[in-house]
Amino acid sequence: MPKVPGFLGIHARPGFKLNILLALLPFLLLVGVYFFGSYYRLSINPDDKLLPSLPKMVNSVIKYAFTPDEDSGKLLMLDDTLSSLARIGTGILLSSSIGLFIGLYMGIFRGFKSLSLSFVNFISIIPPLAILPILFITFGVGDIGKIMLIFIGTCPMIIRDIYITVKKIPEEMITKSLTLGAKQHQIPWKIIFPQILPKLIDSVRLSLGAAWVYLIASESIASTNGLGYRIFLVRRYLAMDVIIPYVVWITLIGFLIDFGLIYVVKSRFPWYHKD
Amino acid sequence: MVEEKKLLEKNILHLSNVHKAYGGNVVLEDIDFSLAKGEFCTMVGPSGHGKSTLLRLIIGQELPTSGEIYIEQERAMFSNPDRGVVYQQYSLFPHLSVMDNILLGMQLTHTPFEWRSNKSEYREKVRHYLDKVHLLEHEKKYPHELSGGMRQRVAILQTLIINPKIVLMDEPFGALDPGTREDMQLYLLELWDETKMTIIFITHDLEEAVFLGTRLLTVSRYYSDDRGSDQASHGSRVVTDLDLTKYMKQEISATDVKYTKVFRELIQKIRLEGFDPDYLQHIKDFNLKHADSFQTL
Repeated sequence: MPKVPGFLGIHARPGFKLNILLALLPFLLLVGVYFFGSYYRLSINPDDKLLPSLPKMVNSVIKYAFTPDEDSGKLLMLDDTLSSLARIGTGILLSSSIGLFIGLYMGIFRGFKSLSLSFVNFISIIPPLAILPILFITFGVGDIGKIMLIFIGTCPMIIRDIYITVKKIPEEMITKSLTLGAKQHQIPWKIIFPQILPKLIDSVRLSLGAAWVYLIASESIASTNGLGYRIFLVRRYLAMDVIIPYVVWITLIGFLIDFGLIYVVKSRFPWYHKD
Repeated sequence: MVEEKKLLEKNILHLSNVHKAYGGNVVLEDIDFSLAKGEFCTMVGPSGHGKSTLLRLIIGQELPTSGEIYIEQERAMFSNPDRGVVYQQYSLFPHLSVMDNILLGMQLTHTPFEWRSNKSEYREKVRHYLDKVHLLEHEKKYPHELSGGMRQRVAILQTLIINPKIVLMDEPFGALDPGTREDMQLYLLELWDETKMTIIFITHDLEEAVFLGTRLLTVSRYYSDDRGSDQASHGSRVVTDLDLTKYMKQEISATDVKYTKVFRELIQKIRLEGFDPDYLQHIKDFNLKHADSFQTL
């Protein structure tokens, strides 16, 4: 019997074990290269800051995550995480609810589309970071300025995503709901919204990547706490032993949120992506 | 031919002089058509000759460029529950279960309070219907989990349960395999016999059209008038309008009728009059034998 290749070529069908092994390989490689490099550099110069050793990073994590700060008495990593999550959460909530509303109405009502499409396209081209100074001047350097940056950075994307999704719903479906007695005001929220809800979640997932960029950028410029604030603060001391665990932590948070949203879509919307 | 005013007063649906053009492209030209209550009207015609456009005009998805459409003598505007529709696809809402799809019409037309207090009663009613068509065990499934035939049975229930005055169907069985298709034809005839609803049924299958209907229309661009026979410049008209009950007095469910000589010959004639690009009748010679047929020239 001819053998199906496991790894190479268009016909490859990796088996279960090989699949896991292949998925792990890049991670192992990265960690291996890091610790090899770290060991090599530290053996030449024990005070080297670039690639700190594992025990050094563990110490920093204990200091930032589990020991109250001397000045404020707070657990810094927890405090940073909560303030950052509050900012990104508020920003995304705002942009997804407003994006949903505008995208939905643009897709359904042609009059509203004529009114807003060009404007939304125009706004979406403005580089959000370029107007950060304007936002800081207008809304202050506190939380509101940062939330507005996240909002302006992600909302046009969500509007356009929702608009395109609504546009793709065949006109027959709207006619069908009118023949079943739907009133005009029921079409967006009773007929179309439930159909695009999983798409909205997908859209939020994609815009979260951008939201993190805006969060960290704004925190790095003016803030008193937050994950982005911390890594840019300790950068002054070349404290890679703090930066690396923080980056891993941010990545982990991002991964968990993404995973959670995928899970919600899969479990609550079994009909999504099916014909 | 009868006087148009009498037809308008007598019939449930009345189209007078309906034109539809998209830009300079005339799709439908002078459609005159009056349909009596309880009739099962099938509509055939070559693809691209405006059958579906006519359906969209009747259900109010689009408005005619000129001409009038009346439902029970009232001018018909955009879609409303007077006119139900079953499409080949997109009749069912993908995010709702079979039960919720069928209940949707009632849910939309009730206030949330009324809905909550009557919901269980309606559910029982739907269960009763689902049981009759052997779909009760599927009530919690989503449309994507159903076969094509099941989906169309659900779509038909969804449409009928709110009692529209007219039901329009746009090739509802077009995507089904032949066996399922024949089952669905019989199922629809039974339902029609039970409810005596008024149906307009579009199909590209002549056999299906002649078998199901009590009246048959052919909408076609293959005709000639005094402007000559250039088909590109003129829109489709009703070229054939027949009372099928005069040809076949068959028992419901007698699918054998499809193999009789009368049936075959009738199909040949319809094909010649509506589907043959080389056989162009003059508009004064159209085969409009139905008693309700009229023509405004």
